[in-house]
Amino acid sequence: MAKLIGGITTSHIPAVGSAISEGLTQEDYWKRFFDGYKPVKAWLEEKKPDIMIVVYNDHGLNFFLDKAPTFAIGCADEYQNADEGWGLKPTSPFAGDAQFSWHLAESLVNQEFDMCTCQEMLVDHGFVNPMRVLFGDHDVWPVKTIPLAINTVQHPLPSAKRCYKLGQALKVAIESYPDDLSVVVVGTGGMSHQLQGERAGIIDVEYDLACMESVINDPSWFYNQSNTEIIKKAGTEGIETIMWLTMRGAMTDKVNCLHKHYHAPISNTAAGVLLLTNTEE
Amino acid sequence: MAWQHHDYEDIPGTYVFDGKRAHSSFALNKLFFSFNNESCRKEFDANPEAYCDKFGLTSEQKSMVLKQDFLGILRAGTNIYYMAKFCIPRGLSVQDAGAAFQGISGDEFRAKLLEKREGLIERLEKEGGYWNG
Repeated sequence: MAKLIGGITTSHIPAVGSAISEGLTQEDYWKRFFDGYKPVKAWLEEKKPDIMIVVYNDHGLNFFLDKAPTFAIGCADEYQNADEGWGLKPTSPFAGDAQFSWHLAESLVNQEFDMCTCQEMLVDHGFVNPMRVLFGDHDVWPVKTIPLAINTVQHPLPSAKRCYKLGQALKVAIESYPDDLSVVVVGTGGMSHQLQGERAGIIDVEYDLACMESVINDPSWFYNQSNTEIIKKAGTEGIETIMWLTMRGAMTDKVNCLHKHYHAPISNTAAGVLLLTNTEE
Repeated sequence: MAWQHHDYEDIPGTYVFDGKRAHSSFALNKLFFSFNNESCRKEFDANPEAYCDKFGLTSEQKSMVLKQDFLGILRAGTNIYYMAKFCIPRGLSVQDAGAAFQGISGDEFRAKLLEKREGLIERLEKEGGYWNG
């Protein structure tokens, strides 16, 4: 039986990828941000999961606004990164697991989450940078991946509670797969930031820390907020932190927090890292 | 027929990318989306005006693109992630765009962000349990 062995949260901002590519991770500006990943990297190195399910939002690489699915899941054996308009060199492709993906899609649809299934899916910085910051760069990545894209760009967005419930359904889906796979779910994005408008540049440390505590101990505080309430505090782009709740929904009610790390600012954002494990088998 | 009002429209200095905005700016966003392709970026650079016409921009939209009027482009409904595909290849970061929204320099904008680091370690120590090296 497939088993969820842990949940991770991480930023996915483009600047993280640039810092890795340019060898800046130990520069003053970046050091504290990147060093805070070391315990998570060591844990991944020890546990060697078979599959990373990366919950992220596409920023206009795979999906344009002509079609904007609320929830989409990769169902392929390989996922390519590509130019997002900035002329950066794409990473090497990521291996997928089509059989497991289709099982997840079937289970989620049976649980009334009507997923958009994608047999070709370009993965952008929202997916790629979490993989790079957690595993470093590889010609052949040491783990298989499943991209799970949530629309946090084109409103109306799913609510925070809906994202959490998707996680609960994902737990059922993972645990009903007969193969012995060890799985990690990664909730990416956030934390507070707003890129656009006269209010650009907001970072709300108090709100972010409250969200981190909520994700660990009482996700209902976070998921009972409306998207407007979250945007007021976390910003129009900070709303993507709701994707953390999909990771959290997939875990047991109580969790062990093995690591928590917060840093601000990185580029325009605050960044939070959590490593959680289930309290029950 | 009318666009419905939303509570988020009352948040100051904030343009939530909803159906109303997406509808009015579809051509603009489609133009910026095309920049994922390097050959399209080159085609735009060779003749920006003709490229705007190809995507059917209105004269107001075209004028804002040619002037790189970020706040105008944003107010016209463009999504920030699509706008980034326009800014970044021109050597402008999203932070420079953020500064332009506020009428300050990119360096001033970055300095304001860096102020968030002041007292952060002490705040995290007070909270407890946070990694700090």
